[in-house]
Amino acid sequence: MIAIIDYGAGNIASVRNALQKLGIESKATCDPEEILAAERVILPGVGSFGFLMQSLRQKGLDEALLQSINKGTPFLGICLGMQALFECSEESPGIAGLGVFKGKVVRFQKGKVPQIGWNQVEPKKDGGLLERGYAYFVNSYYCAPSEPAIVAGATDYFGDFACAIQKENITAVQFHPEKSGDWGLDLLKRWAEC
Amino acid sequence: MLTKRIIPCLDVKDGSVVKGTNFVNLQYAGDPVELAKRYNEEGADELVFLDITASVEKRRTIVDLVRRVAAEVFIPFTVGGGIGSVEEIQEILAAGADKVSLNTAAVKNPALIAEASKRFGSQAIVVAIDAKKKPGMDTSEGKTGTQPFLWEVFVNGGRTPTGLDAVEWARNAESMGAGEILLTSMDCDGTKNGFDLGLCKEVTSAVNIPVIASGGAGKSEDFADAFAKGGADAALAASLFHYNELAISTVKECCAKQGIPMRCVQ
Repeated sequence: MIAIIDYGAGNIASVRNALQKLGIESKATCDPEEILAAERVILPGVGSFGFLMQSLRQKGLDEALLQSINKGTPFLGICLGMQALFECSEESPGIAGLGVFKGKVVRFQKGKVPQIGWNQVEPKKDGGLLERGYAYFVNSYYCAPSEPAIVAGATDYFGDFACAIQKENITAVQFHPEKSGDWGLDLLKRWAEC
Repeated sequence: MLTKRIIPCLDVKDGSVVKGTNFVNLQYAGDPVELAKRYNEEGADELVFLDITASVEKRRTIVDLVRRVAAEVFIPFTVGGGIGSVEEIQEILAAGADKVSLNTAAVKNPALIAEASKRFGSQAIVVAIDAKKKPGMDTSEGKTGTQPFLWEVFVNGGRTPTGLDAVEWARNAESMGAGEILLTSMDCDGTKNGFDLGLCKEVTSAVNIPVIASGGAGKSEDFADAFAKGGADAALAASLFHYNELAISTVKECCAKQGIPMRCVQ
């Protein structure tokens, strides 16, 4: 069973619909026990970095998430769910992220903000889950990891940024695979089966 | 590089696509879900559903439609048409729509934009503007100092003039928290003579959020012009795609040949 973390703001319906279309079972939950028991965990995200982190902490989900990640459970972070893995974000100064990875989340300095639409994903790791293609993005902020080795994909929005990261059991993407047509569904399928 | 978007618009009434009844070579003409799937396969980047239902059943039918589309189509879609409250927005987004577009209600109560974008994020709130070129402006003595403007905002499906400057309104909508502007030229709508590039350019220069050009598309080059000359981020058309007069892929190839970044599928 895949646990989709329901912290009260993320539009989890789209992710659930996509998995259902693929014939993959999932359950929306905000119960730390269920998250720890899940075979896989997805953290989707819409809203602000601060709201996400505060909601996770209030519900005791931050600890459950870290434990789940540390014991090797496959994790997928989507959009804000990717940003939450880092130390902090310019969006919500003073609020700590999960800090799984070193680095911070920064705002786009050029172009229209938010970036809305389809942009090209360029895989940066051989044999990774990511394939070249177009993904749907809606983001004002992006992750700037301190370790370049975790970057699995790059996208150009007035300069390259990390649109995907992968390290051991952790996969995270800035775009929305659940809204990226067949390309996105294929990626979700590969992740659920890897 | 971020690509420019091509967006088919589907007018729905009582849960069915209205213009769909005259479709040719289409198996499930009036069913919004089947049409949405077809457009997805043809390379549409997003979809817009404009609900023109007038009955008291309106809300139930649109929420049901959103739920059905969201279960089958995995590209973003926007729902508009008579949406007037945060509760309605909440219901439509929870059913699976990615964005809602606000028109008349936003003009009557601009605070709705702020309230909704604060609650659901700017990315979910599109402000739709129906603009019409003003007839000859009065620049006579005594009128100087008043700022003349070229395009006026209309509401209630284009029936009611508001006295608002469309460019100024777009700027206000952005400052209230709108995530995108859906800009329809009433003068060009239905003419197939191309988008109103002047209007488009004015609005895209005035705001720093994406602008969707709408009204007037007749051929592939019109879309290319909306992007290259009008500065639009996306372009929308309804009947053109409905009646198979123009394929989305043809439009995209034409734009791509002119060096405009497009997501070309297959």
